[in-house]
Amino acid sequence: MVHFTAEEKAAVVSLWAKVNVELVGGEVLGRLLVVYPWTQRFFDNFGNLSSESAIMGNPKVKAHGKKVLTSFGNAVKHMDDLKDTFAELSELHCDKMHVDPENFKLLGNMILIVLATHFSKEFTPQVQAAWQKLTTAVANALAHRYH
Amino acid sequence: MDAGQVEKAQSLGLLTGTDSLCPAVLFSPLRLLVVYPWTQRFFQSFGDLSSADAIMGNSKVKAHGKKVLNSFSDGLKNIDDLKGAFAKLSELHCDKLHVDPENFRLLGNVLVCVLAHHFGHEFNPQVQAAFQKVVAGVANALAHKYH
Repeated sequence: MVHFTAEEKAAVVSLWAKVNVELVGGEVLGRLLVVYPWTQRFFDNFGNLSSESAIMGNPKVKAHGKKVLTSFGNAVKHMDDLKDTFAELSELHCDKMHVDPENFKLLGNMILIVLATHFSKEFTPQVQAAWQKLTTAVANALAHRYH
Repeated sequence: MDAGQVEKAQSLGLLTGTDSLCPAVLFSPLRLLVVYPWTQRFFQSFGDLSSADAIMGNSKVKAHGKKVLNSFSDGLKNIDDLKGAFAKLSELHCDKLHVDPENFRLLGNVLVCVLAHHFGHEFNPQVQAAFQKVVAGVANALAHKYH
């Protein structure tokens, strides 16, 4: 189990309170599809992903990004129990969606980068460290049920 | 690595802006030591690294951070031949410094985060994609002479 200090938890929670999940979620997923184009293979039925502007403006990408980041909000609420919190999602991503778990780390990096662009004052080194730790731990939790 | 003209212009533009290397970007390697604390093991002789504030204020760390970023920036001038540009540094990091090449990827991640933090929405998905490609190329070039 990953151990988060009180300061790390506070850093995560205080920034999360300011996050517009719909806006940030859409941007996170959009950037993943732009920066790591192979990830588009999981979203063949999302319509036009032919350019950066198409991806970032695609309503299905935005909606799914919101869904993914909302789910990430569970991580913030259950930082002491991430493996159980994400157990079902882990099985889903392995058994039904066949997603390479490396992609969870890439998504985690995108979350950090989007937070950095949105929160110039709040994204201190300590906050970055706490969020890096959380996204890595969530990536591990999502990979935990793979077989 | 064969970066497109657009990518070259975008990556160089950010690093060689009006201030040349602006302080926030210049000191991004310091964040590496905060966000990935095990990297401190390479800098035992640098004095006080006991907290995020100590690290960010440490003059030896700042000096070394500047050296690393200058080297990165110089390497970018040879963006079509990163392996050649970083050959000597690759040998140094393997033979003398014994640095795990995974750390080059971590430094690249931190640099991308710092750029996102510093440039905010200007660090759009296209620029991010170009930069991620560059830092991956540099990390590979630095690992290239390992044996």
